[in-house]
Amino acid sequence: MTTQHVKVTVNGEVREADVEPRLLLVHLLRENFGLTGTHVGCDTSNCGACTVHVNGMSAKSCTMLAVQADGAEVKTIEGMANGAALHPLQQGFWDQHGLQCGFCTPGMIMQSAWLLEQNPDPSEDEIRLGISGNLCRCTGYVNIVKAIQQAAGELRAADAAPVASVTAS
Amino acid sequence: MIPAAFDYVRPADIGEALRILKEREGEAKVLSGGYSLLPLLKLRLAQPALLVDIQALGGLDGISRTDDDMRIGARATHRRILEDDGLAAVLPIMRDAAGGIGDPQIRNWGTIGGSVAHADPAADWPAVLQALHASIVLRSAGGERVVPARGFFIDTFQTGIEATEILTEIRIPLPAPRSGGSYQKLERRAGDFSTVGAAVQMTLGGDGRIAQLGIGLTAVGDAPFAATHAEDALRGAKPGDEMFREAAAAASRQSRPADDSHGPAEYKRAMVTEMTFRALRAAFGRALA
Amino acid sequence: MTTETEPRTSAAIGGMGHSVKRKEDPRFIRGAGEYIEDVVLPGMLWMDIVRTPYAHATIKSIDASEALKIPGVLAVITGADLEKAGLHWMPTLAGDKQMVLPTTTVMYQAQEVAAVVATNRYAAADGVAAVFVDYEPLPVIVDPHKSLRPDAFVLRPDRGPDKANNHIWHWESGDKAATDAALAAAEVRVSEDIYIPRIHVASIETCGCVADWDAVRGQLTLHMTSQAPHAIRTVLALVSGLPEQNIRVKTHDIGGGFGGKVPVYPGYVLAVVASLTVGKPVKWIEDRSENLQADSFARDYHIHAELGATKAGKITSLKVKTIADHGYTDAAADPSKFPAGLFNVITGSYDFPNAFVEVDGVYTNKPPGGVAYRCSFRVTEAVHAIEQMVDILAHDIGKDPAQLRMENFIQPEQFPYKTPTGWEYDSGNYGVALQKAMDMIGYADLRKEQAEKRARGELMGIGISSFTEIVGAGPSKDFDIIGIKMFDSCEIRVHPTGKVTARIGVQSQGQGHETTFAQIIAEELGFDTDTAPYGLGTYASRSTPVAGAATAMASRKILDKARKIAAHLLECAEDDLDWEPGKFTVKGSPDRFKTIQEISFAAYTNHPQGMEAGLEAVDYYDPPNLTFPFGSYICVVDIDKTTGQVTVRRFVAVDDCGNIINPMIVDGQIHGGLTMGFAPALYESITYDELGNNQAGTFMDYLLPTAVETPRWETGKTITPSPHHPIGAKGVGESATVGAPPAIVNAVVDAMWHLGVRKIDIPMTPQKVWAILHEKGVA
Repeated sequence: MTTQHVKVTVNGEVREADVEPRLLLVHLLRENFGLTGTHVGCDTSNCGACTVHVNGMSAKSCTMLAVQADGAEVKTIEGMANGAALHPLQQGFWDQHGLQCGFCTPGMIMQSAWLLEQNPDPSEDEIRLGISGNLCRCTGYVNIVKAIQQAAGELRAADAAPVASVTAS
Repeated sequence: MIPAAFDYVRPADIGEALRILKEREGEAKVLSGGYSLLPLLKLRLAQPALLVDIQALGGLDGISRTDDDMRIGARATHRRILEDDGLAAVLPIMRDAAGGIGDPQIRNWGTIGGSVAHADPAADWPAVLQALHASIVLRSAGGERVVPARGFFIDTFQTGIEATEILTEIRIPLPAPRSGGSYQKLERRAGDFSTVGAAVQMTLGGDGRIAQLGIGLTAVGDAPFAATHAEDALRGAKPGDEMFREAAAAASRQSRPADDSHGPAEYKRAMVTEMTFRALRAAFGRALA
Repeated sequence: MTTETEPRTSAAIGGMGHSVKRKEDPRFIRGAGEYIEDVVLPGMLWMDIVRTPYAHATIKSIDASEALKIPGVLAVITGADLEKAGLHWMPTLAGDKQMVLPTTTVMYQAQEVAAVVATNRYAAADGVAAVFVDYEPLPVIVDPHKSLRPDAFVLRPDRGPDKANNHIWHWESGDKAATDAALAAAEVRVSEDIYIPRIHVASIETCGCVADWDAVRGQLTLHMTSQAPHAIRTVLALVSGLPEQNIRVKTHDIGGGFGGKVPVYPGYVLAVVASLTVGKPVKWIEDRSENLQADSFARDYHIHAELGATKAGKITSLKVKTIADHGYTDAAADPSKFPAGLFNVITGSYDFPNAFVEVDGVYTNKPPGGVAYRCSFRVTEAVHAIEQMVDILAHDIGKDPAQLRMENFIQPEQFPYKTPTGWEYDSGNYGVALQKAMDMIGYADLRKEQAEKRARGELMGIGISSFTEIVGAGPSKDFDIIGIKMFDSCEIRVHPTGKVTARIGVQSQGQGHETTFAQIIAEELGFDTDTAPYGLGTYASRSTPVAGAATAMASRKILDKARKIAAHLLECAEDDLDWEPGKFTVKGSPDRFKTIQEISFAAYTNHPQGMEAGLEAVDYYDPPNLTFPFGSYICVVDIDKTTGQVTVRRFVAVDDCGNIINPMIVDGQIHGGLTMGFAPALYESITYDELGNNQAGTFMDYLLPTAVETPRWETGKTITPSPHHPIGAKGVGESATVGAPPAIVNAVVDAMWHLGVRKIDIPMTPQKVWAILHEKGVA
């Protein structure tokens, strides 16, 4: 068995491992790096439970090799909160009851985060299309949409705030 | 599901990549975005000894315009194609097709070159490129060849690409004035592969008749193909619903769908008629606009 | 009739009626939940499973020599190995038996054939690919009707010469003679065949476990994702011969259950055997295609129903004959006396005197099961049939389906209502729920719009479902699973500092138990709590009706003792105390009171002479009856005539689940339930070709709805408390899954009735709808 060395910046921290070329990125994260917030729900790139960001783009980490991500910046659910302070999406999912069993939630939050980076003020249709690669079996999506809407509002307000203070001074 | 073992290289330039493909001819497979190849590897339906990852190769992901054509780098993602306003202005069919592929994550990583080289009969690009009379640029250590999209797709997962070649670019002729195109995809659910897809690109002559036409069909044959009978029926004809219906029926007769979970062949043939009709109408509308 | 539960407690206490945010969420939103695949033990090995591509075949030989040469592969376990230890068969929860591994014959595609144990999952997968199995294919039976023919070959010769056929059991309910007579005398009769296909719960987390055998202590710990850990422990003890007290089953966070995580799968037993064999912890996590192809299915009921009525539309009688396809073994998780579950609730929300129901269980070459799909024990099948039959009757006699229902509902004053198949419905107010749904959706206007569209040749339909659910199994005189009674328990301990620990017997898979059980305690005792889990498990919406009642009753025992302590502290008679959540006050002296926290401390430091110290209670709640939630759903669909695509334009759901503990969680349960009703109505089914090949073995073809096609659910409530439940609650997790499918089916049929369409089986895929329209000359 040949292995290759990979060096990935995960949630801002450089992590390294010697891996088989066939190792899936999701297994690198979960098993080599112990970041078990990223889940596996299918084998066919349908469910999105494994969604992470690679170089700023949302990706299904079960459909990417660890070696493909060598040198990349990866962000996972564990990197979303700032210490005790939840990311607005995490807060939104909690406030709006946007999760039940919680298994799809990390992938759903990561995809939503990418969506809001692309489109800070999405319509309900745009939100639903934006998470169409993430399956949830518990919630019927209603409260997930509300959670994303709440977070979008907070993120826009946070974006607007510094500008307002500059104007004021 | 775990792939069988393989080696992996990430060459820094295309020369090195082509050299490796030549050295390991028949054992190596090119890896682009991975969203077509990895599922096959996980199912162990493909077991290459070596993956040649072309992500580090520069200059393969651009979208540009020459005097004659639009050039799309093989590593341009579906998302990049979807969001390129310049491309959509000239060839709105490209935005139609890109927007219907997979889901946002797949569009972030999946590439047009990967999809074309993989040649899943239910993938959308092959039919679109045939409707557009596009060409496919293939590079090998020995040089470059440009082949028409029509004829490139031989069978399920089988194309005219050689084991020592890398697909580098798609070239689409610039449409003449009074042109329009549309891709109409029928899917069972968001993110699904096509049950049936119909691609139409049409150019109207000064007399209002159809001067040039391309029709490509997805998922209703061993490989995506051009609906030449329908094209023949319409070329030089006066556009209108009646003609479109007849041509769509001809497209249906030329299709060879299989019974599968997307539906029985009879249903798919009927859907070829409907999707082709819709695409013809939409393309005509855009040609007039 | 009210529409919401008015909170009695303050928001700070957060008792019933408050939308308390879930206590379990902080870990999930940070990716810090602990699901089974997250469990890692020192020295842990991986197991992967060799599965048969054939649905029925003789195993001629198994050659593991190449697999054992692979670096990292430590062992390959076959049926022959298990047979030596007598471990190759295991009991099912339905009292049948199931192979752990086959010794001679495989019975369905993807059945387990051998297990490979390796140092890591990649090596284990390589091992699986390298095990060579030589099969001799046998003829296959996929159709249960063919399986019942006298000339069909016998699928289960192990049952002995007395049972040389494929018939498993016959079950019936009601009065056959009276029903036959009433049907014969009926002015109008409606008769239909309704097939409810195989579906799969497909929770986003698949199944798996980590088996950890400690040879020194003689103790087995099985970490797993299970809805029913105590039942699993019992089965494991029966199979392995280990004393039950030496087996610990530890569940972690569960990534969705819906019934699919109740059964004992061969993989669990194999992981245990593997751990016993190699002396190390062994992890097994199935992948999605294994999950869809081999785990227990739901439904697969072939129903023939006949409904009798007067010309005016008053229902008089119902007769139902059903074939239940159980695959190669009956591995349903129904209570032992109910092989067809509670299917005889099929008389639904309607008042009529005569019913007879019979069900025959049949073997085929398919995976075993008959588990739930977010539905308690075949109630979905029952509701599906009666709600379609009622609609067909309405159309046949030219009466509006809403009106026909109103005229046949059991009336509020008839409760408790005894049904012709023997159930005693606790409470209901069906007409109010239907009227509310009609008002919410604008029923009359929709009918006008439909008429206009029909005149223009457009296809639009409106469908109703007014279901009665039956949950909370159940009273222990009737309900057990392989002898384990279906009561549930709660143990509450109040600590001196006023903190509470509660141990309950049910397992959460996302329903928010940590929160709702805390709220019941808050409601009863006036402080917010931390809870921790013991009982038979969470399925069939048992948690609130059974464990929730246990929690309330245990709380009340605590309150009785607290009152005595308060009277002691306040030097008054118990009768002189008023209770409000959180404190006892002396009547007429509002400044003389003791808080529950003060009482808690006193319970350990200053309790009355002669009283035992401490403040704790246990309640084993054996429900006196089941509870019967209900609701009325209305669905509007538009059909694209050219493609056969059905779009659910609107869907209004009015639910009545009695008193509501947490409105936010209840709404969430309804949204999820509706989506799992919508899914099989339009998208999901597992079909087999004639060779027994599963046609939906991945999420590419087993189509879970995404956010795009899932309707934007509109929900409403009525509240009719259960009179026999301590807090008047009924349970809600499954109502919507039970009630939704017939509303959608009825809407689609309603859109096409004028074309001569009487019924359509689910899933109503575009190709199926198109084929009907094509046949009718419309498409």
